[in-house]
Amino acid sequence: MKPFNVLWLQSGGCGGCSMSVLNAESPDFYSSLTQNNINLLWHPSFSEASTDEFLQLLDGIENKQIQLDALCLEGSVMMGPNGSGRFHMLSGTGRPMFRVLESLAKVAHFTIGIGSCAAFGGITMAGSNPGEATGLQYEGKESGGLLGTNWISPDKLPVINIAGCPTHPNWVIETLIQLAMGELNTEHLDSFNRPRSYTDHLVHHGCPRNEFYEYKASAVQPSDQGCMMEHMGCLGTQARADCNTRLWNGEGSCLRGGYACINCTAAEFEEPGHCFTETPKIAGIPVGLPTDMPKAWFIALASLAKAATPKRLKVNAVSDQIKISPGQHETEKKS
Amino acid sequence: MTRRILGPFNRVEGDLEVQLEVEENLISKAWVNSPLFRGYEQILQGKDPRDALVYTPRICGICSVSQSVAAAQAIASAQGISAEQNGRLATNLILATENLADHLTHFYLFFMPDFARDCYQHTSGFKDTALRFKALTGTAAKDVLPARAAFLHITGLLAGKWPHSLAIQPGGTTRPIEAQERVRLITTISSFRYFLQQTLFAAELEQVCELDSEAALQQFIGQNPDSDFARFIRLADNLNLNELGKATDQFMSYGAYQDTDTHLFKSGVWLNQQHQQLNPDDIREDIAHSWLNANSTPKHPFQGSTIPDTDESSGYSWCKAPRLNSQVMEVGAIARQMVEGHPLIRNLVGQSGANVRNRVIARLLELALVVPAMEQWARQIQVREPFCKSAAIPQQAQGAGMIEAARGSLGHWLRIDNGHILNYQIIAPTTWNFSPRDAQDQPGALELALQGTVLGDELEKSIKIQHIIRSFDPCMVCTVH
Repeated sequence: MKPFNVLWLQSGGCGGCSMSVLNAESPDFYSSLTQNNINLLWHPSFSEASTDEFLQLLDGIENKQIQLDALCLEGSVMMGPNGSGRFHMLSGTGRPMFRVLESLAKVAHFTIGIGSCAAFGGITMAGSNPGEATGLQYEGKESGGLLGTNWISPDKLPVINIAGCPTHPNWVIETLIQLAMGELNTEHLDSFNRPRSYTDHLVHHGCPRNEFYEYKASAVQPSDQGCMMEHMGCLGTQARADCNTRLWNGEGSCLRGGYACINCTAAEFEEPGHCFTETPKIAGIPVGLPTDMPKAWFIALASLAKAATPKRLKVNAVSDQIKISPGQHETEKKS
Repeated sequence: MTRRILGPFNRVEGDLEVQLEVEENLISKAWVNSPLFRGYEQILQGKDPRDALVYTPRICGICSVSQSVAAAQAIASAQGISAEQNGRLATNLILATENLADHLTHFYLFFMPDFARDCYQHTSGFKDTALRFKALTGTAAKDVLPARAAFLHITGLLAGKWPHSLAIQPGGTTRPIEAQERVRLITTISSFRYFLQQTLFAAELEQVCELDSEAALQQFIGQNPDSDFARFIRLADNLNLNELGKATDQFMSYGAYQDTDTHLFKSGVWLNQQHQQLNPDDIREDIAHSWLNANSTPKHPFQGSTIPDTDESSGYSWCKAPRLNSQVMEVGAIARQMVEGHPLIRNLVGQSGANVRNRVIARLLELALVVPAMEQWARQIQVREPFCKSAAIPQQAQGAGMIEAARGSLGHWLRIDNGHILNYQIIAPTTWNFSPRDAQDQPGALELALQGTVLGDELEKSIKIQHIIRSFDPCMVCTVH
């Protein structure tokens, strides 16, 4: 069987998505690829070929002598300064990287944005966007980007955006395997062309602070145990990802690590318009409410829940450790 | 005389281009170009200082925690606070995990695969080397990837995830741990120790730490021949890697892994064959040969600016040229251990300088030195004590965070005005090592290391250059940021 050929390139990003895929376990990243007949034609961190050897490979792909099944870009597309692309020239070629990407996207059966930078522009677009960064098919929330709204790959899919900052190793590996098996189609992608396998979930799902959330028992400073939505900027109830059910580095997630979800799978997460770790409020009520929840209901439920908050949760919410253990239920005592 | 432009170099983090002037068989001059510019220092202007904890880790996916720690320390210094003891221990543990994972990744995945290239097929032991270290398919990766991923569970526990955590704060860390979690932490560290002892060294870590000379090293390799460390030393000796890639032999370290008032590896400078105190006020960034607006003399990072200018005709890189008292400094594991005074590294550098072989040895030595320290830090955590304290952001203040990342000295310089970031300047390890020339036309450390290299035949030509470049374990995304 012919292997599924993948070329992985990096542009205006940090390389963190590559480091993240290397965190894959059972099996490891390399084994995941070989076991599924995926051939990494070249990766900037892991392959042998360097300089001229790589440029020959690139030539072969652009001339269609070598089949390219999936082009993966990690990092934003760099257009600056003044649309020249000088902020990222592909070493050894004198070509702006964005020109190389345009050319490869024409021959690649599928094009994949690895991480939020390649998908939407991401963190590199923050502030004044000094690098004139953009995404492959989105510039922030606006469709377009490098390739344009109507662009579609030779195998009839838009750019597949495996957004996240960084992306999760299994989001990448499982999407690649689906593509290699011919099992990924537009129904599997959400409105931002992210794989629904993870964006049909909310980061809130599986959050171990859920009981604090239910009673609005809130953390007020870093290392407190309480819910981080009310004061600490947590967007877990709105963020589309399965971070608290899939977990990171064994047993982790942002919320399990004790800090806010900053909604890094979303377009324009890099500019929340306020301090990331402080919840903006109007008249004491958080501006961003849970997805799908009517505001009046939320306020009514929250005030009811606050009135009913057990002392255990009130105390533990603002402590480094569990100060009060759950009490025994009356019926348990009797039996 | 010919000029060659080489790139892209892979198995370095980020993008790198090198231009060489070759006379007969000798590199007479080298120019190192960092071809990617993103503009983090501009992005940070006007932001809430706390947001630096979100933005700066994302400068680099392989030194992410290092950037976090430098940012947290810069903010803490502006606030005038120090971290809770538990938070300091947890920060050291998270930082050490990243640094050691980086050393491991560099050795096995970035550096060693070059010896499995076809150009070495006629050297002795090639078949075994290729089987073990071939990029993507070698047997070593099958051992290393699971061990590395398991070791990074420390970040899953203490920092939520790696890379790009928000767990490291000016006042400590956000993730208190319970008694059994501390036991799990200790177990994860000892599993990593076991892997290093089995696979990398075929010996106890303490035996590696105690090596104090070339002779002791050779004896150790003779006694423990069946290890990846021994495989490297034999290759290095067969290929004379100690004759390759010498730069200035002037070293700097900001001090690694903070204790209450001291460091596990001390700060300082190694200059004129002796240890000297480091004065951070002596740091300047020169932009004479950068594509940056250069109407000014070199500036201390508190006063520095970053304004891109592609018309700058003397420029050839986006990287600035940091200098200490106008001197070119080399940073990294070898610099840390020279400054600290580890007998093995002092002895090796005394004999042959900082070169391809000795840089790699210093990194592997740090794996052996830091794991026992991690075991102690984990035991010192008091699970019922606080992990983090809070303090307000001052309206007007400045602060510096100067730490050691895997690749060397990393500094963040922050000025706050009106409660917001007025100026934020970053000098990363590879900014030091891969800097362009300065106004005095002094080449940077890699440029010097390449200069004078005698290239072999056509087959060997590029491989020597690659060994030299990778011996620094460059991180190009940090370099320009």
